[in-house]
Amino acid sequence: MSTEAEVIAPSVNYYNVAYGVKSWLLTKDHKRIALLYLASVTLFFFLGGLFAAGIRIELLTPKGDLMQADTYNRFFTMHGIVMVFFFLIPSIPTTLGNFLIPMMIGAKDLAFPKLNLLSWYIYTLGGLFTLLAIVLGGVDTGWTFYAPYSSNYANGNVLLAGIGIFITGFSSILTGLNFIVTIHTMRAPGMTWFRLPLFIWSHYATSLVMVLGTPVIAITVLLLALERIAHVGIFDPALGGDPVLFQHLFWFYSHPAVYIMILPAMGVISELIANMARKNIFGYKFVAFSSIAIAVFGFLVWGHHLFTSTQSIYAGMVFSILSYAVAIPSAIKVFNWTATLYRGSISYDTPMLYAFGFIGFFIIGGMTGLFLAALGLDIHMQDTYFVVAHFHYIMVGGAIMGYLGGLHFWWPKITGRLYPEGWARFGALVVFVGFNLTFFPQFLLGYMGMPRRYYSYADHYQVLNVMSTAGASVLGIGYLIPMIYLSWSLKYGAKAGPNPWGAIGLEWMTPSPPPTENFPVTPVVTWEAYEFRPIEEAEVVGQTQPNEPIG
Amino acid sequence: MSEHVVSPKIYVSVFLALMFFTILTVVAAYFDLGRANVLIALVIACIKATLVVLFFMHVRWSSTLTKVFVVAGLFWLVIMVALTLTDYLTRPSSPILRGP
Amino acid sequence: MADSHPTTHYGLAHHFDNLEQQKEAGSLGMWTFLITEIMFFGGMFMAYILYRSSYPQDFAIASSHLDWKLGGFNTIVLIVSSLTMAMAVYFSQKGNKKWLLTCLALTMLFGATFLVVKGVEYHEKYVTHHIPIRDFWHWTEPNSDSGHVQMFYWIYFAMTGVHALHMVIGLGIMAVIFWMAARNRFTPEYHSPVEISGLYWHFVDIVWIFLFPLLYLLGAHLTHH
Repeated sequence: MSTEAEVIAPSVNYYNVAYGVKSWLLTKDHKRIALLYLASVTLFFFLGGLFAAGIRIELLTPKGDLMQADTYNRFFTMHGIVMVFFFLIPSIPTTLGNFLIPMMIGAKDLAFPKLNLLSWYIYTLGGLFTLLAIVLGGVDTGWTFYAPYSSNYANGNVLLAGIGIFITGFSSILTGLNFIVTIHTMRAPGMTWFRLPLFIWSHYATSLVMVLGTPVIAITVLLLALERIAHVGIFDPALGGDPVLFQHLFWFYSHPAVYIMILPAMGVISELIANMARKNIFGYKFVAFSSIAIAVFGFLVWGHHLFTSTQSIYAGMVFSILSYAVAIPSAIKVFNWTATLYRGSISYDTPMLYAFGFIGFFIIGGMTGLFLAALGLDIHMQDTYFVVAHFHYIMVGGAIMGYLGGLHFWWPKITGRLYPEGWARFGALVVFVGFNLTFFPQFLLGYMGMPRRYYSYADHYQVLNVMSTAGASVLGIGYLIPMIYLSWSLKYGAKAGPNPWGAIGLEWMTPSPPPTENFPVTPVVTWEAYEFRPIEEAEVVGQTQPNEPIG
Repeated sequence: MSEHVVSPKIYVSVFLALMFFTILTVVAAYFDLGRANVLIALVIACIKATLVVLFFMHVRWSSTLTKVFVVAGLFWLVIMVALTLTDYLTRPSSPILRGP
Repeated sequence: MADSHPTTHYGLAHHFDNLEQQKEAGSLGMWTFLITEIMFFGGMFMAYILYRSSYPQDFAIASSHLDWKLGGFNTIVLIVSSLTMAMAVYFSQKGNKKWLLTCLALTMLFGATFLVVKGVEYHEKYVTHHIPIRDFWHWTEPNSDSGHVQMFYWIYFAMTGVHALHMVIGLGIMAVIFWMAARNRFTPEYHSPVEISGLYWHFVDIVWIFLFPLLYLLGAHLTHH
């Protein structure tokens, strides 16, 4: 057996194996690409956050005194585009997913490393187009780009933003393709489907949505762009076209895209709950298949965005019923997570705090989703702040809480350093308070009838709006705190061993940070997922059993 | 998984079948059969596509996984078309139902 | 592990255990990509289905202004190219370099022929002002709605244009494969690049198999005098 020092701090790892800008920009290592993505999505997250800050400051007072209506329209549009396409969709899959999938299944890399790097470049190129659109004055159509306003009348940079989204879509497609093939063909010997961590199952489901849905938004945006250039009317009623067709095609992708955002977070939460409660997940197969079910049902419900768009009432009924069906696999997950906690040895470290936050917010966001899926009630709620609050509970309260929880949980693995636990708990608390203060008042505002996407509002909505803006300030600080202490920990954090949490999973059986090919020898899996043993027995692959036969 | 070598004989037979169906689809289009024209054209195109997928693309000899992927891809296209049409076919003012 | 494998092949990437795994990954990757392609073309097919069934008369008249003989010729050209592509895979399996190169060259030749004919058709539309962009559009046919006819041509150009783009990419892939084959990169054990690019080529052919009757043959019964 090697010395303890070598196990904890191997001399060469993925991070210090090469230096210089070139070694990063031309890397084919999934772990380095994950860090490239981490930098990019963080940049876009704070950019999107700036637009959100502008929106909230404008809404502090009932009158439009900070900006003109047109400026406000551009702010909420750019907030939506940046957050949805450049942060939420890529966030967990391209960072944590990219880093962890090969390690969790015992592979040296993703199936197509060059494609992986290419997809980062495509993402960056799409991002540059969008940044250019912002610099040149932005877009005012709303992130949904509804035709014929976007194709014929809007005077913003619809084309540039559309091209940006079109290009970025291919990054998403290639990432999904890479994950699917990797999970099918690159599993280590003994790593059967039902021994996979649930993080892998949820990423497999996410990849399905990316691969099946994204091409449709690509072609839809392309048709929209061509229509804007040539002024011919596939979506223009004046020329015999149907603008609702745009909405159908748009939401065929963009509703499932919500599951691209939330499914990876669910995978993270499954890992956090099982590992931080030190218990096998309750009903593994139910949780695994519920991910697939969410991905499949997710494609059958897009019409609930069209209840007030001249869609036929019969189609509305079908979509309404199908929308309720998504609640079943979602509820299965929540029940199984809470059942896992029962008699578990629960730790209240930061990742678990984020996981608890996720479960609570997801329940609220999900239940209000049922309100909106109800055909009659939605007529009242459509385009009010109730909808805004609902999807922010899913996306900010769900996806971002999952992202932050996962980032903290795997931070020691990614960087080889521990973050300061006290500050992190404080940060999680600030995020929790700020989030609720921002978005809960919006449920009430929406229920009272305040419409979304207006820069001014009636005086009696002001108290709740001030609360929301105050909450947004707290939330903003809550997001800055991890930014600061995580950066600090890169240099000053205590060194992490291979497995600081005593967690289960192949990624914890290799040094932190891992070597370039992840494992000194290909691991052979002989145990079930989440099979908890006393911590002392935890092993590091290639260190304690170097003579293991190779499959 | 040893790979299957398909004999040139099969390729040529498939090619001849594809030619036959191409001619058939042109001939069928010359008769005005109303809405049946679309149906015939689509059925013939589907047969041709199936031949290419099964033999030229070797799916007939491929793993179950590949077959599942092919079917899933088509199934999702059907989902998109079918659910979109639940809207257009049930509108009171549906231009599709109005007919020519 | 790759290093301990008895016969480490020059075509084997470092992160795969063996050629079989690499081939399986490559083939599955291409199939997954083709599924995304189905959905990509699917959006345009959806638009086609909706407007074709909404304006059947106008679409038939518009279609009768396309030359189905050129379209039919191109269909045959593509099917022949699919045959030569399939034969290229066969000869790569047999390790017959001479015939592999011949079949790849023929495939490219037919692909290029297709694009030339497509170009002739586009040019004809340009000359007759049947390009659905403001100044290039001129429609005088009675008994038809210019806007609806324009929509047909809009879908026609979008679909065949995207298809032609795929053909151009396919030609590029074939050129690379030809170059690799010429440099003796393929053996009966290692030829999956030929097979995987073949999948792409056949798929592009399948798209055309649908485009031909759906775009060119709608108005065939109208021109039948």
